Amino acid sequence: MSDVSLVVNGKSVSATVEDRTLLVQFLRENLGLTGTHVGCDTSQCGACVVHVDGKAVKSCTILAAQASGSEIVTIEGLANGADLHPVQIAFKENHGLQCGFCTPGMIMAATDMIARHPGGLDEKTVRAELEGNICRCTGYHNIVKAILAASEVMAKGGAGSAKAA
Amino acid sequence: MGIEGIGARVARKEDKRFITGLGRYVDDMVVPGMKHAVFVRSPHAHAEIVSIDVSAAQAMPGVIGVLTGKELKADGIGNLICGWMIHSKDGTPMKMGAWSPLAVGKVRYVGDAVVVVVADTKGQARDAAEAVQIEYKELPSVTDASKAMDAGQPQIHPEAENNLIFDWEIGNGDETAAAFTKAAHVVKIDLINNRLIPNAMEPRAALGVYDKAEDHYTCWTTSQNPHVARLVMSAFYNIAPENKLRVIAPDVGGGFGSKIYIYPEEIVCLWASKKTGVPVKWAADRTESFLCDAHGRDHHTHAEMAFDKDHKILGFKVGMQVNLGAYMSLFSSVTPTYLCATLLSGQYNIPAIHANVKAIYTNTAPVDAYRGAGRPETTFVVERMMEVAARQFGMSPVELRRKNFIREFPHQTPVILMYDAGDYDASLDAALKASDYAGFPARKEAAKAKGKLRGIGLSCYIEACGIAPSAAVGSLGAGVGLWESAEVRVNAVGTIEVLTGSHSHGQGHETTFAQLVNSRFGVPLDSVSIVHGDTDKVQMGMGTYGSRSGAVGMSAIAKALDKVEAKAKKIAAHLMEADEGDIVIENGELKVAGTDKKVPWFQLALAAYTAHNLPAGMEPGLKETAFYDPSNFTFPAGCYVCEVEIDPETGVTEIVQFVAADDFGNIINPMIVEGQVHGGIAQGVGQALLEGAVYDAGGQLLTASYMDYTMPRASDLPSFQVSTSNTPCPSNPLGIKGCGEAGAIGSPPAVINAITDALGHEDLVMPATPLKVWNALRKH
Repeated sequence: MSDVSLVVNGKSVSATVEDRTLLVQFLRENLGLTGTHVGCDTSQCGACVVHVDGKAVKSCTILAAQASGSEIVTIEGLANGADLHPVQIAFKENHGLQCGFCTPGMIMAATDMIARHPGGLDEKTVRAELEGNICRCTGYHNIVKAILAASEVMAKGGAGSAKAA
Repeated sequence: MGIEGIGARVARKEDKRFITGLGRYVDDMVVPGMKHAVFVRSPHAHAEIVSIDVSAAQAMPGVIGVLTGKELKADGIGNLICGWMIHSKDGTPMKMGAWSPLAVGKVRYVGDAVVVVVADTKGQARDAAEAVQIEYKELPSVTDASKAMDAGQPQIHPEAENNLIFDWEIGNGDETAAAFTKAAHVVKIDLINNRLIPNAMEPRAALGVYDKAEDHYTCWTTSQNPHVARLVMSAFYNIAPENKLRVIAPDVGGGFGSKIYIYPEEIVCLWASKKTGVPVKWAADRTESFLCDAHGRDHHTHAEMAFDKDHKILGFKVGMQVNLGAYMSLFSSVTPTYLCATLLSGQYNIPAIHANVKAIYTNTAPVDAYRGAGRPETTFVVERMMEVAARQFGMSPVELRRKNFIREFPHQTPVILMYDAGDYDASLDAALKASDYAGFPARKEAAKAKGKLRGIGLSCYIEACGIAPSAAVGSLGAGVGLWESAEVRVNAVGTIEVLTGSHSHGQGHETTFAQLVNSRFGVPLDSVSIVHGDTDKVQMGMGTYGSRSGAVGMSAIAKALDKVEAKAKKIAAHLMEADEGDIVIENGELKVAGTDKKVPWFQLALAAYTAHNLPAGMEPGLKETAFYDPSNFTFPAGCYVCEVEIDPETGVTEIVQFVAADDFGNIINPMIVEGQVHGGIAQGVGQALLEGAVYDAGGQLLTASYMDYTMPRASDLPSFQVSTSNTPCPSNPLGIKGCGEAGAIGSPPAVINAITDALGHEDLVMPATPLKVWNALRKH
């Protein structure tokens, strides 16, 4: 058994878990944060992306014990209270989601992508950067549009409408 | 068009919960006392089960139960069924072999469920599953349908001699043969429609809860049609009578057909819950999804088309060998027959058609409808044929198509269907314009100058949605009717709940269905709730597949709204002492036309429930139900143009442009319709370029993870140019045709026509991977 202490979405949590417990299992089963999804067994689909100490990480590739001491943000903790994050707004306004299953991972990966490209993003870069996130519904068309729109809004420092032109 | 009504590009109501992580999928459910199931599956494609020893597994930590097919059968649980009877051309019924939810005696594909282990945690269940000892006697296996009927191949089910399930035909063989004798040109093609694995991003899951006090079962399941699931589990699997079984399909993470069917796992979870006395949850891991979700396509086709000297089509004959896998899934028999060969006329006048479809058992996962369900297979045959024929004639593929287009409606094809409306020139013109088809030769030259091969391909598809009417499908062998139900409950404060038998798993019904209500009564979308996916809430329904929810599901809602409107107008006329015929509903108010008299919607609703002042004899309340049974299929159609650039050094194909011009009839929410087209095209491009299930000679699935099966990624696809034209559907009150599958139906031939155009020959089998394209470049 392993002792795990984390800060998740701003709250300190501690637990003793089986050594083999993955971070995604810990989030879903111990903390009930079921917005982080499991879509594959091989760390390809990206439905489980969360932020670990500010970086996008597939939470199925890391043991909860390995993450101990880290600060985690999940999809449930992305909005600032009732104010949605610009990437969340952009996904809604640009119809960047259908069934919603890949969406939390997409949004967490997108916020990280935008943060890593302060000079802005273009379509080719967004498509290449989405290598680790699979969507079966949207054909990515509107996901790409949403990320580009959010990137522009965030570059202007705004949190408002991210509707693509 | 109002701001929120029909035709408005409204952002989706359901998005809020999904973008904040508050969606509720089956694997998110936790109920008190819940335990976890893991299945032990066959590692062999074909084997006898000699013995099963569960004693070591039973003794493992946390284990509550280890159950086998023998116990399941002893409890009277039934075999899985195929719900559509197909008769062979000799009149004999299809030969269906037994499919036990847990295998008894024999396993028939890698992944066949044999034992279920229930334990406190999923980890413990997994550990114990590894301790189950099963002795198998391996048998020879066959995975290729084109070989499975040969002498000396293993017999998979005793019921189906030579593994032939049915040998079905449609059309007129004599007339077609006669047409070929008059032909000036005959074009022949052989095609393989590659086997696909649906891969909804949410793996299937089930939670079975048996309530001993009530002798009642609840099943949470990843289903596109919970009511059909309840019906089948009651009527055929002997779980419980319908009044003792509640099926809930909450948020479902994509379906694409694969979640229509009732699978062994949900049946076993329900049965195991009673057997063990605890709620039992199972969630597939991705490899289980690859192994056990119903696969799609897998056709081998030979087709011949006869033309006269002016290149008008005289006749079309087609033979298909169809792999249905090891067991007949729920709609596996109708997919390659009535959903496939009935569309062989495409968009063209074809006087005589004959098709023969042989359905064959193999030692592979069951095969059933996957996005498009038979229509992608047919469209691939028709649209490859048109392109190949044009090239053989030295004609423009546009001209050959135009020469043969159907232009008068209704049009009776020789293969049952009667097309009700369409304008195929309009979508072709729109696609040619959007793709700058005329400018292609210059682009090809420019590509050549930089060492690239450029090609362009068309696909003029037609499909059939909203399969109906019930009496007709019944006469063709359907085990169910294909209507839809709706209930509209106007609450006393004027808010509205719409209960529908359709199920949304990405399609946005919570928004589009509310837009319909808004258009009718002018009430804001926020005051309309769409209730679906729970057999305790919605009386009955047929679910969502075959792009039927708009054309059939919303038509049922429209009928119920008609009844609500009629009653509301009666009450309003009474309250305002006006003539019922003078009442109009506008912007959430009931008005007497030509006067300033009006009653707000909420006040009218309250009046219906207080019942203090209703017309004499009128029952209180404002709630109506309707069942809608369509009079015909609907016929979405369109034209797709794909342009590719191939690097001859690497064989890599890049889609440089993809244009879609669709006719879906009337559209409720263009934003959602475009999203459906984008997703469909991505799946079609995936089939054409990337995806393919591969079994090795011993029946092992080599493509059983995302490391081996190539899902389309964002970098594999371009942004799409989509547009729509509109010939309203005359067969339903809303004029809707359906848009859910068109993209997946129309796109594969467009892509392959483009690549073969670039290659300069037709010798290419999907998926057109870089290796295949590279080899094809060097073969000719």
